[in-house]
Amino acid sequence: MGWIKRTFHRTGSPRWFFAGSRAWVIGLYAVGASLIAVGSVWGLGFVPPERLQGNSVRILFIHAPAAHLAEAIYVAIAIAGFVFLVWRMKMADMLIEAAAPIGFVVTVLALATGIIWGIPTWGTGWVWDARTVSTLLLAFLFFGLVALRQAIGRPDRASRAVALLALVGVVNIPIIKYSVEWFTTLHQPPSIVIGEKPAIAPVFLMPLAVNVLGFYCFVAGVVIAALRARIVEREGGAQWLHDWISKS
Amino acid sequence: MRLFVAQFRRDLLVAVRSRSDAANPLVFFVLATVLLGLGGGANLAPGAIWVLALFANVLAVEGVFRRDHDDGTLEQLLIHAQPLFPAVMGKLAAHWALSGAPVAVLSPVAAIMLTGTTSGIGVLVLTLCIGTPALTLLGAIGSALTVATGRGGLLVAILVLPFYVPVLIFGASASTAAVSGDPVAFQLLALSALLAGCLTAAPFAVGKALAISQEY
Amino acid sequence: MQDHLLVAEAIRCSVGDRVLFSELSLVVRPGDRVEIRGPNGSGKSTLLRCLVGLHEPDSGAVDRTADGVYVGHRSGICGRMTPIENLRWFAGIANASANDESLATALIRVGLGPARHELCDSLSAGQQRRVSLARLLVGPTPLWILDEPLTALDDDGRDLLGDLLAAHCSTGGAAVCATHQVLSAAPGARATRTVALGT
Repeated sequence: MGWIKRTFHRTGSPRWFFAGSRAWVIGLYAVGASLIAVGSVWGLGFVPPERLQGNSVRILFIHAPAAHLAEAIYVAIAIAGFVFLVWRMKMADMLIEAAAPIGFVVTVLALATGIIWGIPTWGTGWVWDARTVSTLLLAFLFFGLVALRQAIGRPDRASRAVALLALVGVVNIPIIKYSVEWFTTLHQPPSIVIGEKPAIAPVFLMPLAVNVLGFYCFVAGVVIAALRARIVEREGGAQWLHDWISKS
Repeated sequence: MRLFVAQFRRDLLVAVRSRSDAANPLVFFVLATVLLGLGGGANLAPGAIWVLALFANVLAVEGVFRRDHDDGTLEQLLIHAQPLFPAVMGKLAAHWALSGAPVAVLSPVAAIMLTGTTSGIGVLVLTLCIGTPALTLLGAIGSALTVATGRGGLLVAILVLPFYVPVLIFGASASTAAVSGDPVAFQLLALSALLAGCLTAAPFAVGKALAISQEY
Repeated sequence: MQDHLLVAEAIRCSVGDRVLFSELSLVVRPGDRVEIRGPNGSGKSTLLRCLVGLHEPDSGAVDRTADGVYVGHRSGICGRMTPIENLRWFAGIANASANDESLATALIRVGLGPARHELCDSLSAGQQRRVSLARLLVGPTPLWILDEPLTALDDDGRDLLGDLLAAHCSTGGAAVCATHQVLSAAPGARATRTVALGT
């Protein structure tokens, strides 16, 4: 059990994390970028057009991973918020600060690709579809995390408020999703012929899986890089950081 | 209960002493009804009234802790109210009695003005009576988180409006269904469940947020 | 009577990277009058807020056997209520068994007898400060935590606070106080200990 505790403490130390994470960023970037390249080329170039959606199905190779990732980022932020409120681990707060804007961008990417996909498929860019609406609301939740931190200003005072907001958000997300789903099944617009989710043929599944994995790796790399930037910002005066910079 | 009563009575007293402040949510609701009627016509769905009630709620709840933070009574409350839960409930109950409740009472007038029909008005009032306390409880979380920044306003709206979505969906849906005589039992049950969840969980989040706001 | 009213053990507070104080320990026993000294920004208010439980220190622990009455920079009185109504609310939330008569006595003691039914908004800054001080007399609270209690008080008010402190500390109470000025000539009001910050 000792090593769990040790890893926990080490990850919680900005200094240890900063020294050890550089290789991770490079590695995750490399793996993520190559996976995305493989998945996208495969999905865009070699997969046959879908029977009903035609070529527009190809945008889902970007859209689905982004939508998937957006929720995962929020859950990660909420877990970090819990860790921060309970154990006051500074790294958890910096993770929230680093990940919230990235989560916002990924959510907007999911929405934008969804709209582009919707125009040829649904005949309109916006449909009151359950997942569309919940993704849009998720974007507001991410935005709220960033806005609250900026409004409070002083980082040490903002961190606990933002962590609490993230926790309140994660409790609400399932309720919001359920209610929106209920709402949309009641008001299903007739223009939808094809849902987004009918059983995916295996020929689409493989490149999609590759892209999902690639997105996860790449965005994890971006989050860690942003986290390193936060460490430099917050620990700017620390001696170990000066030593590290003068060494490299 | 003693804490609840002490805080509830005090907040009602303060509200009576500053009457125009206390009337603001209701006046806003009526004014917004008139504006919506002028801009959107007279045959809107009852859901429109729900949206107005929701905006009136968020504008009102945004400042629920502001005065107490500024004059320091909030820090006294945090020091002495043990436990904090009933005091927060007393405060929010007083707030709702002066913002949500009058809106619910006056909503039939808005319904007649905007929807042009009297059918389903009972359900509209009922949903507002169940739904607006839940909105107040949720909104208070955002208000508590931002109270020390000195500027709530739009920020509180952005923080809490996503959380208002489930209440709005079930409340508006029930009111709309009631006009055409459709069953509304499920929506009412869902609203009540939301209210029960907010009553049990939100005051703790509010208390935690208030404690964080008073950190130096 | 308990042996001590408040124990702070190795507490540490910081603002951003700047450490205000660390490894600060303090035991307050009945009869103590602890004075916190230090220049502006040295963390006097932060320390007092730690002691009263409004601020959580970065590390270390504060153990209070009783709630402290806190008089801080913000008055803690609502301008839309009269002094007596403010005290009534305070007694309600602080679970102090006080009737209107004892609250009126407290207000008369701080020199607000005639003004006790006026709205606090119409009182002067010094009078409002006296209402805050009247909180100290609501119910027997052994621990007083005062942050710059002399702000806005006149000479008479300063002597009043000195007398209150002397009486309080001689009857088993204790006070922790941050102030720039000497409180009073009353012997019982002088500091029994001093904590210097920002050195």
